[in-house]
Amino acid sequence: MVDITVPALGESVSEATVGSWKKAPGDRVERDEVIVELETDKVSVEVSALESGVLSDILVGEGETVEVGAVLGRIGSGAPASAGQDRTSAPSQWSQTQTKEERSPAASQPTGSDSTMDIKVPAMGESVTEGTLATWLVKPGQFVSQDDPVAEIETDKVAIEVPAPSSGTISELVVQEGETVEIGTIIARLGEGGSAAKAAPAAPAASPPPPPQPAPSSNGGQASAAVSPAVRRVTTEAGVSPSDISGSGRDGRVTKGDALKYVNEGGASAPAPARAEAPPAREPRNLGPREERVRMTRLRQTIARRLKEAQDTAAMLTTFNDVDMSAVMKMRKDYKDVFEKKHGVRLGFMSFFVKSCVAALKEIPNVNAEIDGTDIIYKNYYNGVAVGTDKGLVVPVVRDADTMTLAEIEADIARLGEMARDGKLSMEDLQGGTFTISNGGVYGSLMSTPILNPPQSGVLGMHRIEQRPVVIDGKVEVRPMMYLALSYDHRIVDGKEAVTFLVRVKEALEDPERMLLDV
Amino acid sequence: MSDTFDVVIIGAGPGGYNCAIRCGQLGLKTAIIEKRKTLGGTCLNVGCIPSKAMLHASEIYAAARTEFADLGVEMSGVKLNLKQMMKQKADAVDGLTQGVAFLMKKNKVTVFSGTGRIDGPGRVVVKGADGEQVLNAKNIVIATGSEPASLPGIEIDEKRIVSSTGALSLEGVPRRLMVIGAGVIGLELGSVWGRLGSEVTVVEYLPRILPGADMEIARQSQRIFTKQGMTFKLSTKVTGIKKGSSGLTVSMKPSDGGAAEEVETDIVLVAIGRRPYTEGLGLESVGITPDKRGVIPNDHMRTSADGVWVIGDVTSGPMLAHKAEDEGAACAELIAGKAGHVDLGKIPGVVYTSPEIAWVGKTEEELKEEGRAYKVGKFPFSANSRARTNHQTDGLVKIIADAETDEILGAHMVGVGVGEMIAEICVAMEFGASSEDIARTSHAHPTMTEAVRQAAMGVEGWTMQM
Repeated sequence: MVDITVPALGESVSEATVGSWKKAPGDRVERDEVIVELETDKVSVEVSALESGVLSDILVGEGETVEVGAVLGRIGSGAPASAGQDRTSAPSQWSQTQTKEERSPAASQPTGSDSTMDIKVPAMGESVTEGTLATWLVKPGQFVSQDDPVAEIETDKVAIEVPAPSSGTISELVVQEGETVEIGTIIARLGEGGSAAKAAPAAPAASPPPPPQPAPSSNGGQASAAVSPAVRRVTTEAGVSPSDISGSGRDGRVTKGDALKYVNEGGASAPAPARAEAPPAREPRNLGPREERVRMTRLRQTIARRLKEAQDTAAMLTTFNDVDMSAVMKMRKDYKDVFEKKHGVRLGFMSFFVKSCVAALKEIPNVNAEIDGTDIIYKNYYNGVAVGTDKGLVVPVVRDADTMTLAEIEADIARLGEMARDGKLSMEDLQGGTFTISNGGVYGSLMSTPILNPPQSGVLGMHRIEQRPVVIDGKVEVRPMMYLALSYDHRIVDGKEAVTFLVRVKEALEDPERMLLDV
Repeated sequence: MSDTFDVVIIGAGPGGYNCAIRCGQLGLKTAIIEKRKTLGGTCLNVGCIPSKAMLHASEIYAAARTEFADLGVEMSGVKLNLKQMMKQKADAVDGLTQGVAFLMKKNKVTVFSGTGRIDGPGRVVVKGADGEQVLNAKNIVIATGSEPASLPGIEIDEKRIVSSTGALSLEGVPRRLMVIGAGVIGLELGSVWGRLGSEVTVVEYLPRILPGADMEIARQSQRIFTKQGMTFKLSTKVTGIKKGSSGLTVSMKPSDGGAAEEVETDIVLVAIGRRPYTEGLGLESVGITPDKRGVIPNDHMRTSADGVWVIGDVTSGPMLAHKAEDEGAACAELIAGKAGHVDLGKIPGVVYTSPEIAWVGKTEEELKEEGRAYKVGKFPFSANSRARTNHQTDGLVKIIADAETDEILGAHMVGVGVGEMIAEICVAMEFGASSEDIARTSHAHPTMTEAVRQAAMGVEGWTMQM
């Protein structure tokens, strides 16, 4: 009997949603055959069979959320008993190792004493060692079921939910919101009822975890043990969290008056920016005829939240210019064949834009910087390019673009674009961007106002190239023109800087020799 | 002999002795001076405690005579044994004053028997039976309390013209008792003697009883007391008392002018209030000047003199034992460098009549005067199931909350046991609770406390059981 476990998910993400089972119980499976597909925040992962055999059990249904290492199903008899010396695929090997570890009794015990269990920061990807504890989703004294999210940790790229390792009552929150946490940091302790094995996989064998549900009403009471009944009623009806309200009562307690004021002012007094997600207690609305309800993928949910966060946080606005593409097009036409022959990659427009943006960023460093609290962080490296995929927008990162040749840039973009479309990007590929170039032109866009990719402060929008009459030296000429848009965070970038940036990009593209001469 | 203390407290009433206990708990070397033979002050010796002993006993006597039959309990020959009633009262007082003495010992407080006098900064002189003694004090707490106030031209002899003290020790049940002053003490002691058989007439200068209580509650209470046989002469001013050989003739006239009249009675209880007691205290030696009513002003219990503190009846605020207790404890904490605080706006007031009257916070009249927008919820005990089964349907609960925030601003009740029930509101108000908080808190059924919840619901218009 061999367990099918959740692999490392590109060694980046801690949990995933079961997308679809490719096999039914009783089906014959061959080694390395795909059995189930998982969806994560960023990528889809296929889980393959470690051994040949018959799929005997499916333990986790489609749509359910699973942690790395969780047992998804089992493959029964028919498998050769040989030890897996020849397993080569990295994820499979990794998951097999995990499985062994989790089966050992020591690993199944709670890490704390008998009655309490530590909740730790899970692995967040190879390059990510720390994050910020953004939001507590639970309070001390609250009962949580296994796998319920207890906290949200923000890393550079994504928000990761930390699931409860077991059912129990939260006895202590060790870390405050806003604190920086590292992988393995104990963020909370779980008491009583936490006697179940720490390893998530053990429980589902007996009873699969229930599908995620909106907070059940019975939990509502427990969740707010320290909140007065009237405050509980007001906040529940308004779909806001009492913890966001600053209290005027004894020892800072929230009174009904505080809650009413908060709700009436639209939560304006909230210390934290309002979350873009639906209010937690909202009932799903009834479907009308000819309507269909489909759950958002995690990727889509993440995109939705991040885009909204960008709008809520930055003072975003967009400035425009246009560029005469004649020079770049001519250069491309002249050297296209020889370039491809020599470098093995097509010469596209993208590399010109990357180069010209790097030059402009060097001149206007604020566009390449980020705001961190009350500080500005300037970056002496230049990364970034957005690629649309059929699953949504992802932004893989071209690293150290300032040190690359046009050919290297083109090759890197081609590689990343392909991986994005295949859903094979790892977290590593998505992190560390400083500036984004978004090419809506490939879809025919005339003009757009791109949205910032936080914590970046600038995003360049490229658009379609179109033959347009322009006046040059008093004469009307037809030129291949493109509109350029720069959305920027006005908190850090001044209007003059933003306009100058676009002008520099325009100048470099209209007169590529400038790039060569660095002027 | 001279001794140095961290704290010397003058007066061992509820303010003083609780201050002493708290000082002891906080590790301060503490002395307390009391001129009575027993500790406990007015409250334990001649106030709250003996009056409650008499109220309880007389209430049961009255119930046995007038209420038992309705409940199906028949008895004949119910007789008053006033001597025994007085004895059980004295037993209760003795037990409790000894309890205070024990608490002083337990908390290592040195008790000095005698009259305390401040003799300049940091010095207190105790004049006892065996001479004077000087105590050096880093802190002095004035807790000398109050004494009954009298009317000009009327001398209290504690025989026929009595204060609350004398009224608790009458040798027999007077046929007629006249109470001057329809405040807490007058109503309580008038009730005692009324139940024991006296014809009670209450004369009040103001056009209402219980000045300071919510008007609606005062009116309801007056109706209930009238039903019980008490006679009220409101807006009436007593101008003099003539002592005759067999009785007293009290002259009075309407307070807004009009024809005078004379009323015969056997005993007069003067219960027009109390005044701060500072006689011979030596305040001038530390430069403290009481205001014209004799009140020593305070700022968080500090007087104008360094190291001299004041708590209880002798300073501003309601003259209530529990207010003095709270200030005593808070004062000890402040002396010890901690954070003591008393919110005078959240001190409950209780009248231990039958039924009881209790309130905390603002009255409707006060809120109207402030121009504050408020909402009111009420619930009568006649609609409360427990009150009905107990034949105790007199009275109501009234809760007042801010019109906007719903914060509870005051609660006013009259009914059996409301003196206990008011505590719920006090806790709620300390936490800034709204009426809805109480309305959404479970109250056991069937209890009188359900009326509190229903009244709270009424604030926002969703009283369910009426």
